[in-house]
Amino acid sequence: MRKALSVGRKEVRQILRDRRSLMLLLFVPAFFLLVYGYALNWDIRHVHLAIEDRDRTAASRSIVSAFVNSGYFDLVADVRGPDDITQLMNHGSARAIVVIPNGLSRDLAAGRTVPVQVLLDGDNANTATTVMGYALTILQSESAKYRMVTGTIGGPSVSAVPRVWYNPQLRSTLFLVPGLIAYIVMITSVVSTSLSIVREKERGTMEQVRMAPLDAGSFVLGKSIPYYLISLASALTILFVAMLLFGLPMRGSWLVLLGTISLYLIGALGLGLLVSSIADTQQVAFQVAVLASFLPTLMLSGFIFPIASMPPFLQGVTYIVPARYFLIALRGIVLKGAGLAIIWPQLLSLVAYSCVVLLLASLRLRRQWR
Amino acid sequence: MNAITVSDLTRVFGDFVAVDHVSFDVRKGEVFGFLGSNGAGKSTTIRMLCGLLKPTSGTALVGGIDVSRDPEGVKRRIGYMSQRFSLYEQLTVDQNIRFFGGIYGLTAERLEQRRAFVLDMAGLHGRERTKASDLAGGWRQRLALGCAILHEPPIVFLDEPTGGVDPVSRRQFWTLIDQLAETGITVLVTTHYLDEAEHCHRIAIIHAGRLAALGSTTELKRVFAGRTILEVQSDDPVQAMRALDAMDDVEKTSVFGTAVHAVMRHEAATDTDGLGTRLAGAGVQARHIEPVEPSLEDVFLDVVAEAGA
Repeated sequence: MRKALSVGRKEVRQILRDRRSLMLLLFVPAFFLLVYGYALNWDIRHVHLAIEDRDRTAASRSIVSAFVNSGYFDLVADVRGPDDITQLMNHGSARAIVVIPNGLSRDLAAGRTVPVQVLLDGDNANTATTVMGYALTILQSESAKYRMVTGTIGGPSVSAVPRVWYNPQLRSTLFLVPGLIAYIVMITSVVSTSLSIVREKERGTMEQVRMAPLDAGSFVLGKSIPYYLISLASALTILFVAMLLFGLPMRGSWLVLLGTISLYLIGALGLGLLVSSIADTQQVAFQVAVLASFLPTLMLSGFIFPIASMPPFLQGVTYIVPARYFLIALRGIVLKGAGLAIIWPQLLSLVAYSCVVLLLASLRLRRQWR
Repeated sequence: MNAITVSDLTRVFGDFVAVDHVSFDVRKGEVFGFLGSNGAGKSTTIRMLCGLLKPTSGTALVGGIDVSRDPEGVKRRIGYMSQRFSLYEQLTVDQNIRFFGGIYGLTAERLEQRRAFVLDMAGLHGRERTKASDLAGGWRQRLALGCAILHEPPIVFLDEPTGGVDPVSRRQFWTLIDQLAETGITVLVTTHYLDEAEHCHRIAIIHAGRLAALGSTTELKRVFAGRTILEVQSDDPVQAMRALDAMDDVEKTSVFGTAVHAVMRHEAATDTDGLGTRLAGAGVQARHIEPVEPSLEDVFLDVVAEAGA
């Protein structure tokens, strides 16, 4: 144990000497969060909207202002005729155009259904679908208002009133930040541990250390502890930045959160060790580490693509991606305030993952140590 | 009591026999040289003796401990330094010493003592806070040696310790090795510098994985008993060598700088004037011909040629 501490102290000194890498480890993750946090955002706002109001009554203006006040649309043009519509769409200056027919006010008063046309630019199907959703919601709530006022019977008497829990505004940031933490922490810890060990192989210091009466376990433990602490610091930095800038809540227990992150980190460090036992040069180690951490965590963890909609084979693969469990646990703790009683299956899976990876890594490293 | 006893040590990689039934003893306090060309099996042997590599067969006792049974026990009793002077370049002189002291499990006060010793030995007083990468080759080499013997091992292995170091530092380094041996430490050193081998008490010449010769320099030179070496100085050594090779009583020739060494066959006449005349007949003007003592290089070339035959 004392020898492991010697290795750890040496590692810390080496890391401190290498300021550039340390900065990279500590601050690049937070920087990543800023870039991804602002760029990776599925909420669509500031949709350019044009309106052709052929009615020009209080009722039609009420529809226009419902669109403008929703916060999702920016009114950019007032359309005067069909030529305008073609022009606006072709130039891409409007993504959505609402055409309010003549006689809207009159027909509404008479209790007749009035078709309001919404034209959408379908060049980006995702955006178009989302915008259509917004438009429909706005129009429905407007029409509900008129039914109340006119007392018309007809239309559904029972209506669904959705209420979204934990993330009432459905802000995708809240959903993304836990994924980002999983993703960034995985990459930095796997890459940094594997590089630090392979560097010793490359420079021959590994051989010199092997000549000492020091077992592989103490060496690995001593080397891992500093990287564990740095990765933990880096994960917490991301969390704090996310709380400050993106309003990420923290509804669960800090202790459970630290424990969950630690479990995840141990698995990640184990993966780094495994990579270092395979690679003999830093270059190879870097490539393997990025491949082993980056792709699965990004694609197969449920961070971006829902696991439920993957083909069965890929769904099977996701079971060996630790980020899958970490994400559920982290979202649970941070957004829902979930405690151990709820997330224990995830934690158990993380423990299992760490054990398997560490076992494999130690078997391989021990064989090379001899 | 022997510090190292090696019998029939063999290591096979796939179907390549790197070390082939090598046996020798190293006495306590001896400087034992391991001489051989690159790939002869020197490093493989040393790595087995250090417990880094398991022997395929045969035994090696280092400090009385069987390397295959208790490699950890061996590691506690030996120091090892390789040609790469494997220090942590980013760390200072002091930090390197403390790290190696730590993994050898030295207590704090013993570490202080040994640290002073190493700084003394390597001449690094006042440079404790210099980064290892900023040290010149000779200093790094001495620091690496110091780190390797922090735990005061009775046996030290040096694997080509003088590679890439200037001649002055090499000389200083050998003075250090001599001093270590005087305190009773056994040193096993591999080298391919023949002038360095002359510093060793005994030399083992290893060729193609086998022990080709073993003995002190004087003993080794006895392979030339009954054979005279004539040194031929001429303006055209290449031509002289061809002429000599064509003669029946010349066993073999080798170039030494501008001179040619001709090894005469057993019982061959060593008439220098006669040889000069015969060379002149072959169109080579020899400036000077004289019998010389065999050098270690003569021995090495002879032994390797014999072993290869």
